[in-house]
Amino acid sequence: MTTTERVFGKSVRRLEDPRLITGKGRFTDNLSRDGMAHMVVVRSPYAHAKVKSIDTSTAAAMPGVVGVYTGQEMAAAGFGGIPCAWVVPDSDTQTPSHPPIAIDTVRYVGDAVAIVLAESEAQARDATYAVDVDYERLGVVVNPKAATEDGAPLVHDEVAGNQCFHWTVSGGDVEAAFSQADVVVGETIVNQRLIPTAMEPRAALGDWDSAMESVTLWVTSQNPHIARFLLSLDTGIPEHKIRVVAPDVGGGFGSKIAHYPEDSMVIFASQQLDRPVKWTETRTENYLATTHGRDHVEEVEMAAKSDGTILGLRAKTWANLGAYLSTASTGVPTILHGLMLSGAYTIPAIHEDVYGVFTNTTPVDAYRGAGRPEATFMVERMMDLVARELSMDPVELRRKNLIPPFTDGHEVATGLIYDTGNYEPALDQALEMFGYEEARKQQSAARAKGRLVGIGVVTYTEICGLGPSEVAGAVGFGGGLWESAIVRFHPSGKVHLMVGVSPHGQGEATTFAQIVSDQLGVAVEDVEVVYGDTDQTPMGWGTYGSRTTPVASGAIMGAIEELKEKGTKIAAHLLEAAEEDVEFSDGVFSVKGSREEGKTIQDIALAANTAWSMPEGVDPGFEASSFFNPANFVYPFGTHIAQVEVDPETGEIDFQRYVAVDDCGPIINPMIVEGQIHGGIVQGAAQVLWEGAHYDDEGNLTTGSMMDYAIPKAEFLPKFELGKTETPTNVNPLGVKGVGETGTIGSTPTVYNAVMDALAHLGVEQIDMPLTPEKVWRAIDEAQKGGN
Amino acid sequence: MQTAPFDYYRPETVAEAVDLLTSVEGSRAIAGGHSLLPAMKLRVANPPALVDLSLIEGLTGITQNGDSLMIGALTSHAAVAASDVVKAACPVLADTASHIGDPQVRNRGTIGGSLAHADPAADYPTLMKAIGATIHITGGGGGERSFSADDFFVDLFTTGLAAGELVTAVEVPVMGTGQSGAYIKHRHPASSYAVVGVAAIVTVEGGSCTAAAIGIGGVTGKPERAASAEAALVGQEPSNDSIVAAAATVGDDLANPIGDLYASGEFRVHLASVLTKRVLAEAFGQPAD
Repeated sequence: MTTTERVFGKSVRRLEDPRLITGKGRFTDNLSRDGMAHMVVVRSPYAHAKVKSIDTSTAAAMPGVVGVYTGQEMAAAGFGGIPCAWVVPDSDTQTPSHPPIAIDTVRYVGDAVAIVLAESEAQARDATYAVDVDYERLGVVVNPKAATEDGAPLVHDEVAGNQCFHWTVSGGDVEAAFSQADVVVGETIVNQRLIPTAMEPRAALGDWDSAMESVTLWVTSQNPHIARFLLSLDTGIPEHKIRVVAPDVGGGFGSKIAHYPEDSMVIFASQQLDRPVKWTETRTENYLATTHGRDHVEEVEMAAKSDGTILGLRAKTWANLGAYLSTASTGVPTILHGLMLSGAYTIPAIHEDVYGVFTNTTPVDAYRGAGRPEATFMVERMMDLVARELSMDPVELRRKNLIPPFTDGHEVATGLIYDTGNYEPALDQALEMFGYEEARKQQSAARAKGRLVGIGVVTYTEICGLGPSEVAGAVGFGGGLWESAIVRFHPSGKVHLMVGVSPHGQGEATTFAQIVSDQLGVAVEDVEVVYGDTDQTPMGWGTYGSRTTPVASGAIMGAIEELKEKGTKIAAHLLEAAEEDVEFSDGVFSVKGSREEGKTIQDIALAANTAWSMPEGVDPGFEASSFFNPANFVYPFGTHIAQVEVDPETGEIDFQRYVAVDDCGPIINPMIVEGQIHGGIVQGAAQVLWEGAHYDDEGNLTTGSMMDYAIPKAEFLPKFELGKTETPTNVNPLGVKGVGETGTIGSTPTVYNAVMDALAHLGVEQIDMPLTPEKVWRAIDEAQKGGN
Repeated sequence: MQTAPFDYYRPETVAEAVDLLTSVEGSRAIAGGHSLLPAMKLRVANPPALVDLSLIEGLTGITQNGDSLMIGALTSHAAVAASDVVKAACPVLADTASHIGDPQVRNRGTIGGSLAHADPAADYPTLMKAIGATIHITGGGGGERSFSADDFFVDLFTTGLAAGELVTAVEVPVMGTGQSGAYIKHRHPASSYAVVGVAAIVTVEGGSCTAAAIGIGGVTGKPERAASAEAALVGQEPSNDSIVAAAATVGDDLANPIGDLYASGEFRVHLASVLTKRVLAEAFGQPAD
């Protein structure tokens, strides 16, 4: 159907929702294959131990059990270690082997030691309790800074001091900045470990075809093409014999980027049994064996002049990588972190040393924002400390140091060149929406009555839309970061759009259809977006780093332009007009001034697909394929303001207001963008107020379930008040920037600064996140005892 | 997660249930299953047999007999919360029930199950302690007998129930003239269980507090009475000063507090004192300070 309704910028309801909200979604665990066996993994209860022996005989004899395998057997079958796909250059990165099933040593609670295959999942699980593993316990280390100290137990014998890498970023004269400073502020920040907690745990279903010597893996992946590439490295199966399908995937937040051991285990088991094999993790396993996020210890300092001009920032960061290197693990605390330390400000000198450290904990990888929330938190925390030191309003300090508007690149001290930015209008709009001046007056009045009201303001920018493939290569990422798309019109005029990215909740089945609809004048419902299957989609690098729309839309637009050109040629031929006299708008090719006699794009699709009469030199068919390698990253930005009130007696924090003004360029679907921002704010605020993964000294995850690990509930949250400004990027044809992570990046320091603003006058300087009532109560108590 | 294999029995009478619980080695009674099943799924509890009480008639329902309410052990939290009889005779009980867990928990969980499980993070035991409930029991060698709440709760997950015994009903006094109650809690942000819960039942006659009972849960292994605070209130005119003074003594009656990652023992004692102040203000109808 041809449509003249332009849907770019409209809150089109999500095309994927009717099936998802009526229980008709098809997630990996919903899938079943004839003859399928079920796999359950036996996991180490110890954080570090030698595996002396494994007796599988009792388990193997249990009802329904069809196989029990160890790491030794998997290695003997030719399966190698799980590869790390991002090795930061110039950092002496150590990449110790990561066997999918531990062979002689387990290195974290949850490390796999054996797999049990049975006719039913229940039978397999029952049998796991009968696998007898003899462990000899070894010394354990869980804190990244402590792990580098002399005498700390070694997670990997060959990695001295548990140091995986030492990476630095340096720009400007940092020594001079600090020696010339009027004020220097500093703090040790513990950016605590978080558990991503996607609604759907991980699952994998492997089906080895012994006749074709090929395998299909259905898996909860954010990036099936990367999964296929990496699987070809450790399974020994050539890439063209591997099909990876990510069906409906229930969220990832970065935790489904990695190529996981279980992906290879189900393939190994399927080969051994010559049967399909499915594995679905429990939530307990999800907490133990799916990657965690953050976990930095950071010593940060900022130097400023007495008028508030920021001169420099320097930091030492110990980044906990966990027991093994997950797929993108070394890139997160380095490239995605250290390079962002200028934030939205002119900071002439920046230096950071980052130490990547192995510990006896679950591997750490990307989690919503991946490195940028940690960087933004450092910068924004220091900004508040400088403002406090100088008795300046934190807004005025920020305003003074904001990078002035730029439309064609702005280089910061870390070497990044931001694409486009105009930060002050977002700040002004947020202040206006919040009623900032009035709120400060009310805060003073409340404080006079002993009430602890706090306001936090953050101006941020972030790097996303990953990214230029040349840069990916230069920074050690083991793949490209371009995207491709195929737009295919069928004879009836219906459209398939096939993309290499792999949405898993973000709504691109709708927003990409909107782009096609808006550009080509076909109804949104007539466009089916195909993604997630390496056999049905062109190559692409996946969905993470807020890259899906800014990068893939470039490829989609390339294909659309090609179709417009081809359609013009065919229409000119059919209309017996000169090509230059034919114009295209709202789905109709026509000679200028006679739209009624024109050919709809559906007419052209039929003509091209039948090819009864094609212009000379034009091939049949109406489809186009395009590749897009962005010239730069994109840098969305904004201002967030939060208000909280602390109960001085109990330490409880009432999260009262949240205003967010974000700029992600032109918005394709406001409803979806708002949803992304809402979710992002929640996850960032949750780090401040509720969430925190905790290990005891023995390496036990003491927050191993939702009974202990506090995922936010709707009742904890205020209504979010959103605003926007619109600054297009020049990096892609639509000018769009990413928005999947901005909420998280902005909200963590905003909410933290708000709480500290409520408490600082009492003498409270710092509290480690999450700000649980007891910690807040103790901080208030100690500050008061200290006579402040 | 799934439980280890177990045998399953579903008796239709109390006598049959008692017989099964006595004769089947290691068997456990199950009502709503909201405490036992999660433990079994984690394989922390692995009973070889479950005796499901849900088909037994006569253990569900609420009746008022003069000055007391008799609540069948299998009565769900939702039923207690919605009961007009309870709302009229003992509003604090309906209110407490309405804030237990979440709707699913309230629909499945039972009052008898909650009391028999004796989780220090549960709400009912704390209220029962303050309100002076009587817990009726049958089975084992003892036939029918009853416990006061004071005697029933022994320690963490431990009650006066002997092997083979079942809670059949809970008897709660109707609020008298001048008597009122309140219950408040600090919820754990993850589990929503009460980290600390405090219940207060107070009587005011002629402008003076003539009786006070304060139950505190979550601080020690079993619900405790804040006897010092109660004594401090009796004979006093309810006021902010008298409430603050009473609440300040709460720690005196809370020896050996329990603690975890979220809240240490010291913080729990502190919370108990703050919540006591607030729950008393609510019970007395005083504006909270």
